[in-house]
Amino acid sequence: MLAYIGRRLLSGAITIWFIATATFAGMHMVPGDPLLNDKAVTPEIRANLEKVYGLDKPVLQQYVIYLGNMARGDFGISFTQQNRSVNDIIAEHFPVSATLGLLALLFAALGGITWGAITALYRDQMPDFVIMFFVIVFVSVPSFVFAAIGQLAILQVNDWLGFSLLPVAGWGTLAHMLVPAMVLGLGTMAYLTRLMRSSMLEVADADYIRTARAKGLTPGRIFFRHQLRNAILPVVTVLGPSIASITTGGFVVELVFAIPGLGRYFIQAVQQLDYTVIMGTTVFYGAFLVLMVIAVDILYGFIDPRIQVSRAVS
Amino acid sequence: MNNYLPSPADFLPLTTRDSADRLERPSMSYWQDVWQRLQHNRRALTSLFIVVALLLFTTIGPLVWQADPAQQDLEQISQAPNLGLRALVVDDFPEVRELAAGPVSPAQRLPPEKLLAPANLRVLGTAHSEGVHLAWDQVPGASGYQLYRHELNPSGPDDLGLPLITLRGTSLSYRDRLGLQTIEYYYSVAALSQRRQSPNYRTLAVTVGQAIRLSEASYRGLLASADSSYIGSHVQLEIHPLGTDYLGRDMLARLMWGARTSLFIGIVAPLIYVAFGLMYGGLAGYSGGHTDNFLMRFADFVIALPFLLFMILFKIAFGLGPGESGIGPMLIALVLLSWPATARLVRGQVLQIREEPYIAAARLMGASAPYLVLRHMLPNLMSVLLVSLTFAIPTAIFTEAFLSFIGMGVVPPTPSWGSMCNDGIRTMLSHPHELVFPALFISVTVLAFNLLGDGLRDAMDARMRGDS
Amino acid sequence: MYKAFATLHTLIRGAVLAFVTAPCALLQAAPPAVDQSKNEIAIVMSQEPQWLNTVKATDQVSFIVLDHISEGLMTYDINNELVGGVAVRWELTDDKATFWLRKDARWSDGKPVTAQDFVFAWQQVANPANAAEYAFLMRSFTNGEAIISGDMPPESLGVEALDEHTLVAHLTSPIAYFLELVTFISFRPVREDFFRAQGQRYAADADKMLSNGPFILTVWVHGASLRMEKNPHYWNSSAIRLDAINVPYITEDPNARFNLFMDNKIVMATGLDKSATSMAMQKRQKLKSFRDGSTFFIEFNHRPGRATGNLNLRRAMQSVFDADALTYKVIGLPGNIPAVSLFPEWLEGNSQRLVEDFPPPAVVLDPAQGRRYLELAKQELGVEEIPPLSLLLSDTPSSVKQAEYFQDVMMRTLGLEIRLDRQIFKQRLAKMSAGEFDLVAAGWAPDYIDTMTFADLFTSWNLNNRGRYKSKSYDQLVRQAQSTTDKYLRNQAFGKLQSLIFEDVVILPQYERGYIYVQNKQIEGVRRTRVGGDPNYNYAWIEGN
Repeated sequence: MLAYIGRRLLSGAITIWFIATATFAGMHMVPGDPLLNDKAVTPEIRANLEKVYGLDKPVLQQYVIYLGNMARGDFGISFTQQNRSVNDIIAEHFPVSATLGLLALLFAALGGITWGAITALYRDQMPDFVIMFFVIVFVSVPSFVFAAIGQLAILQVNDWLGFSLLPVAGWGTLAHMLVPAMVLGLGTMAYLTRLMRSSMLEVADADYIRTARAKGLTPGRIFFRHQLRNAILPVVTVLGPSIASITTGGFVVELVFAIPGLGRYFIQAVQQLDYTVIMGTTVFYGAFLVLMVIAVDILYGFIDPRIQVSRAVS
Repeated sequence: MNNYLPSPADFLPLTTRDSADRLERPSMSYWQDVWQRLQHNRRALTSLFIVVALLLFTTIGPLVWQADPAQQDLEQISQAPNLGLRALVVDDFPEVRELAAGPVSPAQRLPPEKLLAPANLRVLGTAHSEGVHLAWDQVPGASGYQLYRHELNPSGPDDLGLPLITLRGTSLSYRDRLGLQTIEYYYSVAALSQRRQSPNYRTLAVTVGQAIRLSEASYRGLLASADSSYIGSHVQLEIHPLGTDYLGRDMLARLMWGARTSLFIGIVAPLIYVAFGLMYGGLAGYSGGHTDNFLMRFADFVIALPFLLFMILFKIAFGLGPGESGIGPMLIALVLLSWPATARLVRGQVLQIREEPYIAAARLMGASAPYLVLRHMLPNLMSVLLVSLTFAIPTAIFTEAFLSFIGMGVVPPTPSWGSMCNDGIRTMLSHPHELVFPALFISVTVLAFNLLGDGLRDAMDARMRGDS
Repeated sequence: MYKAFATLHTLIRGAVLAFVTAPCALLQAAPPAVDQSKNEIAIVMSQEPQWLNTVKATDQVSFIVLDHISEGLMTYDINNELVGGVAVRWELTDDKATFWLRKDARWSDGKPVTAQDFVFAWQQVANPANAAEYAFLMRSFTNGEAIISGDMPPESLGVEALDEHTLVAHLTSPIAYFLELVTFISFRPVREDFFRAQGQRYAADADKMLSNGPFILTVWVHGASLRMEKNPHYWNSSAIRLDAINVPYITEDPNARFNLFMDNKIVMATGLDKSATSMAMQKRQKLKSFRDGSTFFIEFNHRPGRATGNLNLRRAMQSVFDADALTYKVIGLPGNIPAVSLFPEWLEGNSQRLVEDFPPPAVVLDPAQGRRYLELAKQELGVEEIPPLSLLLSDTPSSVKQAEYFQDVMMRTLGLEIRLDRQIFKQRLAKMSAGEFDLVAAGWAPDYIDTMTFADLFTSWNLNNRGRYKSKSYDQLVRQAQSTTDKYLRNQAFGKLQSLIFEDVVILPQYERGYIYVQNKQIEGVRRTRVGGDPNYNYAWIEGN
């Protein structure tokens, strides 16, 4: 088990190195100049700026310095906010994105399991049709449309109530997170609903359900103890990859709801060609995803006794 | 059941009959079977029709609906869906008679509270979408006037609507040309003095009619010539069944051309990367050993790259030149980042198929490698590929829309559904048609491909073969 | 069996209901736009301030914050009139400016603001080690040029503290607008001991800065919120009526800002678009408009080898480009007005405004004349067809819209093909500086209140002259205006410059930018300003408090 974890971590480290290199290469292919600003500066000032950021050195040397710093966990100083290190920026903005993402995931998982179970229960009846209709809508409409509509809806509700039930934008309390998390989780929720539905239907035909029924167990007990618990398993397996898509998919929601997350910061950094922030954020996200996948793989070994992690190496 | 008595005939051996071997129906190939079962799936079939209709919409559509998607029409900006409006032909450069009063010396000025509401607020000439010329009488003691325009009847001095212009000095008229729509406006004017506004104001309701400039009408072929004798006559404007956008361009035409961008990216990118993934994964799976290990390790690297972040990074790294639409770079970026998923899938399948007894049998009978690949492997991979292709298309369309939303999409004036949504979202309230139609097209396309994928998967699932 | 499922159904429904509604009960207590009892207001910012270091700050948002927490020698009062800030008395001659500082001006830690603080600050701006982008402003002082290029030490800057409260600046040439100039952020004081103690982290966080303005920055949660509280040590604190300004929201999205305003979370939302203005009208909000003082224009590339270097080609475009249609129909937002000159309408002339003293030459729209110019241009350039011209633009939705219109006009009137070159901010700047464009959509916002901030833009030595327009008479006219402080002589030169820009078609003026905004009815005394940080709440108050 330990050897397995060690192997996975090593390959994870190599993957992160690959991401870092790809980002560095990509960044240096980008035309443009992060040191330019609205007002032109004299060549002397420019030279001074280049020195501050080490842009006066040859590319290869920059790469070595960059890798060395990164190995020590130092992503450098932001170009636009020259007093803030990229580490500070990530430390401040990532928890926001992560909180939003986790809440969205919670919303998606709970919603997906509930709705999926209901649709399976009422297969080919009205509730099934209604829920599956919404599922289809949620899968097919781009998230930015939902984000805009969501914000508008809060405004209308607040206006109608005469007091503000939920904040329109911003960040800080649970009330701020509610609607953005729902909007962010919609797509995943729809996906999980579908998955849960088919999983439930598959389980319904399983031998042990028939056995349980033959034993004379109450339908409620069969549903909760046997059908639901077994049907949830495949849903849990896709939660891992969903974390990735949700945390990075937060861009739109963060933009629309004025949430100070890392996604929004990344887009701003791209506009400003803030080299260090772009590279730092990308590598950080990449590393985060790699570690998440490893963690989820290992966790499965504990959740599902049928999977033996030590042999699951391909 | 109890009263059945076996007879000796039950214990006689059966006689052999030829009919047992005779085929009652023609044998059905795998694809025929898939097609047959797809036909039974109503949702999948409808989706297939929708996909075909969308393809026709973008290929044949522009031949039928020949409006130019680039033709701007400043007379009809953000016009709701219509079947052609009638417009008054007006002079390009109308003679504007500016009214002014005599100078007011500072000594004659009154405090704002004492200023009266301007009298005789009126429209000079006709009020039409090319200009509303307003005039009013001088207010004694005023040093200037503030003009407002409202969409509702004002309820008080704090609710006069848009501040159009602050006129200092002696002007007593103003020609409003600001984004005029063909609705009823409430113009209000209040006098100013000592930098403040009088609480007394005068309001005039004005209904604005559709107009078109003479030169524009003749340029668009609505009039035979730009002869000034046409001024004052009416012409029929073009039909805009889905309305117009923020520069007065026909939405239907733009949707048709935008479909080319969106569907092109949505279909071609997955085609390329699925094909590449097939070769890559096939090679890895077929060769096995170190090659496999090396190839798949590289694929793992690429799969670990954060997708959206790298899409954006590639997008700026390509550095578009003037006049380039950016479709090519987006395609390349999509392909570069998306192929490993297919490669993995294919490799897994190939590894599985390689071990199948029929492959071993074919090998024993001396089948060559190309024969094995073409006859046995590819057909067995086909179903997996087709399904992953149909699911890849909506993802690609969404990616295009997302990039357009954050301003990294295709470069205008090239239309795409995503960028049209992005433009429309800002005018969601006042002109919903600009968002609704492109969003609808994206949604329907994504939906159709998703349902088609579902149907295909069900139809191709070997376990369900012969079920229906 | 069905019955069991029915109870289950109720159960699930109950659970879902609880899941959706329970968190709503945990109602948050975000501050309202106006808190009358605490005497506080809440505002929104479009971005995080980049760096609240007066030596290095360059962005608008930092300027807004800095204008509340720091004060220069001169400042603007509630009516935008220039008044003394830290300086109580001043004297400006052609080669020297003397300021007498008030004795009661204090830093937020209670220590006095001295002349030495200004000397140190200005030296830091000029110091090449800081690589300040506004270092060029220090060229006005003797040795400034040499310090910026690293040939002399920063201590040699021609600014001296005669005593604790007397500051003398030695000017290299007469500067008519010097008093306006020192209101600028780069001229704010910095205290040496504190600056050195903080090192690289100076002004990076709320506790790493000193303030000498009406407010103190007490909270700075990066990317999320700020809070400014009244500075008890400020010399004029009796004139400051608000106790605190909260910035609970930072968002670039004008729609989100408007929604926050409608939800009574912020006191002002500016930059409303068509949808928002329409909605505000439906809700019967009072709409106001404000022009921020900037001019937008199409700039030509005058470098040799570019087709746009040809005067007749530029004239052809000038005779068909309709700034009115662009402003009123394409942009279609109230507040903007069509631009007729590089100089915006608000600039002061001799006794009235500059536009009234020197009316700019008017463009006569004439496509036929335009086509004649185009023919001439083709002959002069020796080409059958003008090759496609590239128009460089930024990626904001409004600039894209304007460029699409421009493209259409040039094609339909002149048959000129314009290719759009949309680039993100920094890539556009890189192309602008490298001269990789034929036309570029650009704009200029004033740094100080004087025509010169616009006029010297197209001199051959100005690095912001991205099209490298070069004209001896232009340079000469600017030098004329720079050599004197006489209002009449200077305006005379500006008037001639204006005609020259028109005759030579240096640019195509597009519009002067304006905004529609909504403001809470309880708030009074908000100062809108064309230079520095806008809006300013220093003198604002809550009605009834």
